[in-house]
Amino acid sequence: MKKTKSNKAWFLVLPVFILVAFSAIVPLMTVVNYSIQDIFGATRYFVGVEWYREILNNSRLQDSLVRQFVFSGSVLLIEVPLGIAVALMMPKAGKWSVVTLLVLALPLLVPLNVVGTIWQIFGRADIGLFGWGLNALGMDYNYAANPMDAWFTVLLMDVWHWTSLIALLCYSGLRAIPDAYYQAASIDRASNWAVFRYIQLPKLKSVLLIGVLLRFMDSFMIYTEPFVLTGGGPGNSTTFLSQALTKMAVGQFDIGPAGAFSIIYFLIILLVSWLFYTAMTHGDSK
Amino acid sequence: MAEIHLKSLAHSYNRHAEKPEYAIREMDHVWHDGGAFALLGPSGCGKSTLLNIISGLLKPSDGEVLFNGVKVNDILPQDRNIAQVFQFPVVYDTMSVFDNLAFPLRNMGAGDAKIQSKVSEIAEILELTEVLKKKAANLTADEKQKVSMGRGLVRDDVSAILFDEPLTVIDPQLKWKLRRKLKQIHQKFKTTMVYVTHDQLEASTFADKIALMYQGQVVQFGTPRELFEQPNHTFVGYFIGSPGMNFLEVKRCEQGVCLGEKIFPLNELEKQALQMIDSNNLKVGIRPEFVHVWDDPDDSAYRAEVEFVEDLGTYKIVSLRLGEHLIKARLQEDQKVPKEHAFISFPEQWLMLYIDEFLVAKDDHNEEN
Ligand SMILES: Nc1ncnc2c1ncn2[C@@H]1O[C@H](COP(=O)(O)OP(=O)(O)OP(=O)(O)O)[C@@H](O)[C@H]1O
Ligand SMILES: [Mg+2]
Repeated sequence: MKKTKSNKAWFLVLPVFILVAFSAIVPLMTVVNYSIQDIFGATRYFVGVEWYREILNNSRLQDSLVRQFVFSGSVLLIEVPLGIAVALMMPKAGKWSVVTLLVLALPLLVPLNVVGTIWQIFGRADIGLFGWGLNALGMDYNYAANPMDAWFTVLLMDVWHWTSLIALLCYSGLRAIPDAYYQAASIDRASNWAVFRYIQLPKLKSVLLIGVLLRFMDSFMIYTEPFVLTGGGPGNSTTFLSQALTKMAVGQFDIGPAGAFSIIYFLIILLVSWLFYTAMTHGDSK
Repeated sequence: MAEIHLKSLAHSYNRHAEKPEYAIREMDHVWHDGGAFALLGPSGCGKSTLLNIISGLLKPSDGEVLFNGVKVNDILPQDRNIAQVFQFPVVYDTMSVFDNLAFPLRNMGAGDAKIQSKVSEIAEILELTEVLKKKAANLTADEKQKVSMGRGLVRDDVSAILFDEPLTVIDPQLKWKLRRKLKQIHQKFKTTMVYVTHDQLEASTFADKIALMYQGQVVQFGTPRELFEQPNHTFVGYFIGSPGMNFLEVKRCEQGVCLGEKIFPLNELEKQALQMIDSNNLKVGIRPEFVHVWDDPDDSAYRAEVEFVEDLGTYKIVSLRLGEHLIKARLQEDQKVPKEHAFISFPEQWLMLYIDEFLVAKDDHNEEN
């Protein structure tokens, strides 16, 4: 049979194309447009990669980038193992499993700025239970003055807020493992560690991939909570990338450099997410 | 290797409910040391439950499990030294096939040399040698199930190997081959094997003795031939054979039992039993293979109408109407099929009497069954 080719089918793809264009391509291109021009009101010059060079050489931004990687790295290193551990310890059925699910889901429902506010007050040395408590125990804790304390508080806040996400994802992943696997393992005389290593962890891989990507992207773009909690301080010690970007774009109205910054920011997230993805799915086929 | 004795065993999944339902109803059973057994029965009769109790995955609500006379109720599956293969393949995805097969041996602390030789031996038998280096996640369903079976078979010192319908997911040709392999393995190592299935053909090709289970109890334990010739419960008669045994409801009469006008002769033992037991649930049973079909009237034959004939290639099934009963008879392919009506007779030797669904033995030495 001879195949007749018709290009009419492209019309059916058109709506999706328009949607994607307006939601992603057009805004992104606008930013690209800003990033290669110098704009003063109505006059504009083409500057090529000038802004990119400037951004990459800006030492404050370099510091922010390093800070950002340390933060996201710590978040993943703490929340992923902790989330898995919590999921493993959760009751499997009955009313207690419902109670734990509810308790775990609670932090996820709190709006970001409220989370910041909660910890801002909670951590205060004079009226906050947490800050006051630490000081009462003899620790010299003050997140507004001491960079280490500020970091500790921001991390703790993020762990409080988001570990549940990993735990809930893993919990659903664990429930999906058929009993036969555990039965076979006990027949094969596997140790608890071997059950975790060879049954639970491999079966959690796909949910963990989602969890790690979500947590990486989210933490890498974190803005509201540290902004409310520490305002980026003391000094610049908790100023992360998105806050630096906002300062530049909205505070100083440097649209050109801010555009270049956004593009670089976007590319970094894309690159790291891709690295995580390939690293975690690597070795599936052999 | 061990003799497995189930003593007054019973199990309920909802023991604390108001009306507990028993998946295993109180029973006694012995799996002799070194035998190849099949556990046969319809879906939901409790086969998997019984197997899980033997391996220790389930704790029975009542009764005892004894291995060589030692009670093992409180011993975990890990420590019972028993292998079990499940209906659906279970493999450790991230391990290679070799590591999968070696896993139980490593957990027992076996040495490298022993692991090497044992794994390659079993891989050879199951034809997995080619894929030993492959990751288990990338195998086909057939291969995965072979790996699952292999993990049960590598341990040669186990008390017993339990198979829970292991060939369900395997395609028919390979099924047949694997069943023969299992049989060979049994002959070689003489490990006690219990093979669960709901397929009578599978049971009789694998096992020396079949335990037929019905509603949570083993109703008969015997060779395939015993189950066929002397089913000791109407359910056995109905379940074994294709088609199953014919059963006719009969009444007491002076000479024995009667179907309407017709009298079925009984021997002395059967007459005694009939006198002793005061029940009106009486049936006679006869296998379709043993029903004689004639064209012409015969002294002992009854006239029956031919309802329909099924030609199944090497044999034919004729359905005959005798009063209100439908009787099936199995004819060889070269045997002439009567038209419209036929004369049938039931050889006394193969006519079984059932009181309250249980067989009345024709001679003394069967009494113990
Ligand atoms: N985990 C369980 N909880 C409650 N009831 C169960 C459970 N497992 C089995 N049962 C019940 O126990 C009875 C026996 O089940 P079992 O799985 O032992 O049957 P089976 O003979 O293996 O059937 P099949 O051939 O379908 O595998 C069934 O009525 C079943 O509904
Ligand atoms: Mg079953």
